[in-house]
Amino acid sequence: MSALAETSAPKAPRRITSWRLLLNNRLATAGLVLLGLVALMIVLVPILPLPDPDATAPADRLKPLLTAGHLLGTDQLGRDILSRLLWGTRVSVAVGFAATLIAAFVGSAIGIMAGYAGGRTDNAMMRGIDMLMAFPYILLALAIVAALGPGLMNALYAIAVVNIPFFARNVRGVTLGYVHREFVDAARLSGKGNLSIVLTEILPNVLPVIVITMSTTAGWMILETAGLSFLGLGAQPPQADLGSMLGEGRAQLFTAPHVSIVPGVMIFLIVISLNLLGDGIRDVLDPRLRSGALARPGPVTEVASGRAVPANAAAGAALSIVGLETGFRRGSEIVPAVRGVSLHVKPGECLGLIGESGSGKSVTALSIMGLVASPPGLIRNGAVYLGNEDVLAMPETRLIANRGSRVAYVFQDPLTTLHPMYPVGRQVEEAIAAHQSISAAACRERAVGLLNKVGIPEARERAKHYPHQLSGGQRQRVGIAMALANDPEVIIADEPTTALDVTVQARILELLRDLQRERGMALLFITHDFGVVSEICDRVAVMKDGEIVETGETREVLANPQHAYTKRLIACVPELGMGEHFLKGVAGLFPGRKEQPS
Amino acid sequence: MTVSAIQIRDLSKTFGGGRSLFGKTRHEVRAVKSVSLDVERGETLAVVGESGSGKSTLARMLVGLETPTAGSLLIGGKEAGALRRDGPRAFGKMIQYVFQDPVASLNPRKTIRDILETPLKFLCCYETARRRERMRELLDAVQMPEDTLARYPHEFSGGQAQRIAIARALAAEAEIIVLDEPVSALDVSVQAQVLLLLRDLKTRFGLTYLFISHDLAVVEAISDRVAVMYFGEVVEMAPAARLFANPGHAYTQRLVASAPRIRRE
Repeated sequence: MSALAETSAPKAPRRITSWRLLLNNRLATAGLVLLGLVALMIVLVPILPLPDPDATAPADRLKPLLTAGHLLGTDQLGRDILSRLLWGTRVSVAVGFAATLIAAFVGSAIGIMAGYAGGRTDNAMMRGIDMLMAFPYILLALAIVAALGPGLMNALYAIAVVNIPFFARNVRGVTLGYVHREFVDAARLSGKGNLSIVLTEILPNVLPVIVITMSTTAGWMILETAGLSFLGLGAQPPQADLGSMLGEGRAQLFTAPHVSIVPGVMIFLIVISLNLLGDGIRDVLDPRLRSGALARPGPVTEVASGRAVPANAAAGAALSIVGLETGFRRGSEIVPAVRGVSLHVKPGECLGLIGESGSGKSVTALSIMGLVASPPGLIRNGAVYLGNEDVLAMPETRLIANRGSRVAYVFQDPLTTLHPMYPVGRQVEEAIAAHQSISAAACRERAVGLLNKVGIPEARERAKHYPHQLSGGQRQRVGIAMALANDPEVIIADEPTTALDVTVQARILELLRDLQRERGMALLFITHDFGVVSEICDRVAVMKDGEIVETGETREVLANPQHAYTKRLIACVPELGMGEHFLKGVAGLFPGRKEQPS
Repeated sequence: MTVSAIQIRDLSKTFGGGRSLFGKTRHEVRAVKSVSLDVERGETLAVVGESGSGKSTLARMLVGLETPTAGSLLIGGKEAGALRRDGPRAFGKMIQYVFQDPVASLNPRKTIRDILETPLKFLCCYETARRRERMRELLDAVQMPEDTLARYPHEFSGGQAQRIAIARALAAEAEIIVLDEPVSALDVSVQAQVLLLLRDLKTRFGLTYLFISHDLAVVEAISDRVAVMYFGEVVEMAPAARLFANPGHAYTQRLVASAPRIRRE
């Protein structure tokens, strides 16, 4: 929300439907078409003019392919292979899908129950599943068939049981992620019982995972059905089934290879089409893949070739942005996020960039060193001058070399920017070693020195600790140490204190202020908090909808805001000492809020 | 004398602890250490404190999402243990909860209609026609348009989603509402509007609020009394105006001194 008032109900963004996404994937479409053809054939089998699949004719045995009356030839008992193939496919596919459904139902039920109940129930159920998994699947299936006797139905049960663990484990994992979500707590407070929560709150969220698992295991199950029939444990003669046809043709493999090759090719086609389709379905339904995790962003934001390059308007500034326009590609159009922003920071100065979420302040910050993920990001116009050089015109390697050495970033959440598996000292060393070639010992000394500098007590000991062992404030200090590692001219701090408690925030702001004064760095400080701006910034620029609406000396802007947006924004900030007068004052800002639904 | 909306005596919550299979003592976290406080009917009591001070654990115990380790808890004069035994419905009718992250507290796969209908169906046991009418009234109370009902949570901004979450809490017709950092995830202008809405709803429906926040200025604007929590204990409790003008405890003083202020001179 960038606008002051929450006006206008949001328009539903036009998204690509799942169906279109699936059809965009060529391999998945091929799988779908192939599977559709097979499905059509096996549905039509009873009305097709085919000979009886079980009628034997010893005189016509082992006829080759394309014989008149027998398109795919005949087998060792003279039965028509085409007819047997289609009837057999019908049986195999039916058994495979039935087994998938049973396994999905039982496995998901176990998984959801274990994940939801947690504790001992979870432990007992999952250890049972582990035992099931510990057996080689074919051995377990053999044991089940041996106990129940051979036959198609028993093979089906065996395959379903063998595949239950896949569903149970997948579904349990996803359920665990949802059980502690706030909406589950909210449903409980709304009066729902456990069963109702599982069925109406958790199941709809887990369903995509069940469908994905089904689509990826169905092919495997058909293969297993064929395997058991091949061993003579599934379909019993004379009933045709892809596995048993393969098994019976095996004896004639050298004299009449087509008898076994034809069902083999059919199995191959069904399984490959199911797997291609399954992969496609997974790509479409998995929210992580859908959000573009598979798209690989380039190392540098794409810059439009015909961009306008305005001249540097602020000579002598450490960093100067002129007429920057950054947008994001969505389909064929480009959605602008930053529209013609110009600002500059002098050495030793702190510029605050303030705005509400969605105002484009972070995109501005990331555009400076070409860090906006691209695709979909695109810098359409403008120039970023570092000293006198346009960053956006630099060759890629030079731009990358300048990151961290001349311009360094401090981000909002140090827990996500620090690597969880390395000690913090090593991460600071890495930041130094990326730009300076000094010995490992010297590097270590410098890292400890930096940690000391940013106020981490017992820096030498603390350098060996991992990020999770430090408090939020200390982690942010490590983040600042990494930014300082190469004495940059400009530090860009993107909401560095938003995730911290107020008492910690006060100390981090003090640290940044002192370091900046001492080293004469330019600091671009991005925040949404006027109080923080007032504490640390010399000048401030107010951003709204991708544009800077007002800029000036911090005190002047705060005491005497010129733009209506800045006035309202400042009036909305509650301050200590105002008490209930704050709400009375704010009420005047939103007149007619009763009539006009916001 | 009227009964307090909430009466807490020596309430404690310890996570972990006990002994493992091999007799080793497990790591123990005392999130809330013998807290006592009262919230009168129609009052707004704010609980302030930094992350990890136990304020959210306290709030979750109040609505029955956590079971206290020790101490007593009376809600509207009724023993919380008895309410819990009567199941989630008994609790939900007495006290409701508004979560910090409004979007996370709404099930992404349900329409707003489904979400609002749940408490009306399970807690109030209304007929279909009455439910429809109530939903319209609730949306009107939180100033959202009627076509909200057919939409999904991701279609709303943070401020709008928080209005919907507040409507859901109101739907239960409970008189006590626990608000767990209801405005911290919102932009300042949206935050101001939600605070105004909360104030209006309170006078209109005669609600009692327990307002949890880390933002002192927000707390001062909306609350009558403030309790300061520090490492699981309430270290100071006073009327809002007095506490911020003249903080008594050393920690409160530090908190007040650290709050960023807009310097205009």
